[in-house]
Amino acid sequence: MKIAVTAEKPNLESELDPRFGRCNYFLVIETDDRSFEALENSAAGASGGAGPQAAQFIAEHGVEAVVSGDFGPNAFRALTAAGMKLYKASVKPILDVVDAFEAGELIEVGEASGPSHKGMGSSAR
Amino acid sequence: MIVTVASGKGGTGKTTVATSLALALVDEHPVFIDCDVEAANAHLFLSPEIRESREVGIPIPEVNPDLCTACGRCAEVCAFHAIVVVGKEVMVFPQLCHGCGSCTRQCPEGAIHEVSHLQGVMQHGRAGGIRFSQGILKVGEPMAVPLIHALKSWDVPDDEAWVIRDSPPGTACPVVETMVGSDVVLLVTEPTPFGLHDLRLAAELAKILDLPAAVVINRDGVGDAGVEQFCEKEGIPVLMRIPLSREIGESLARGIPLVKAEPGYLPAFQELAGKLARMAGSGRMGEGAEA
Repeated sequence: MKIAVTAEKPNLESELDPRFGRCNYFLVIETDDRSFEALENSAAGASGGAGPQAAQFIAEHGVEAVVSGDFGPNAFRALTAAGMKLYKASVKPILDVVDAFEAGELIEVGEASGPSHKGMGSSAR
Repeated sequence: MIVTVASGKGGTGKTTVATSLALALVDEHPVFIDCDVEAANAHLFLSPEIRESREVGIPIPEVNPDLCTACGRCAEVCAFHAIVVVGKEVMVFPQLCHGCGSCTRQCPEGAIHEVSHLQGVMQHGRAGGIRFSQGILKVGEPMAVPLIHALKSWDVPDDEAWVIRDSPPGTACPVVETMVGSDVVLLVTEPTPFGLHDLRLAAELAKILDLPAAVVINRDGVGDAGVEQFCEKEGIPVLMRIPLSREIGESLARGIPLVKAEPGYLPAFQELAGKLARMAGSGRMGEGAEA
């Protein structure tokens, strides 16, 4: 199954980036064999509308589920319209996130879990 | 003669100065516009009788799914990511839309038409001899600019008449929109490092917009000399000083304008108006000479 996880760095050793719309990278991961592709998030520095822009971008990559820290209202609307399932995870290494996803330990998000503009102004460590 | 009263920092006394300036000019029937549409408060001091209200909206796209092919052209041309295509669905985010119309014009299928999205309400009325208007931004709407723009062009008097625009705080888009088209900017500050920090930004904005600026120092007597030094260095005239006073504070807290609480300030505000008019006049002559 192909999932996308928001990441601080473009590799599996990276930690999860808790922001969806303004994450640094999306790791598109094949859960069966852990093969992945790292995609730079062009919406990270958008002055506005990062959520919808990132959602459109990730929807074009054929993933079935997205894992992040929080999803703002605009991102939530766009991602669910695209038929993706959304999961919330805490900040930890991406491989642990994938393990938790496969073990069914992640909470599925049924509504926007974060406020608008949450990722604005905070920079990646 | 359009004066914008701005500050950068919030809570320095913009509305205190703007309302007293209007009251000092009441015989000339000034137009007062509260452009702080996110938190309009001048009405608390001027107690206008509101006689007319108008809704303000911006045109946002509505997509006809029967004609749409989900080609993605609309999302591509939108600078604000207010319209996106996910799978076969086109989604519009009204709060992100600036109403520019690009998506509607660029749609190759003619599948988009525009509908009005309510941003807020403008109100107009009288406060004695003052022609008063204010805007109330709809709760949840993040964009103040379209409403401020509409307010500015609602009650436009003759060129000779006084227009006083009470600006929102800060130096972002709503303040730019308020300042644009003014003849002079009056910056109200307090003599503290906080006041100075934001005064610098506001003064720089006025400079970029090519508008003459002057300063009123409120709560004079506290803080430090930083604001004075800055004004001297930048050649920005300090036209008035209002001391920090418990009596003034108590009156304002009861909604009593400064010139009503302390009528001794009336001539000072009339003098302030005269100085602003001269600044604006020389500014205009300067522009003419350059052209």
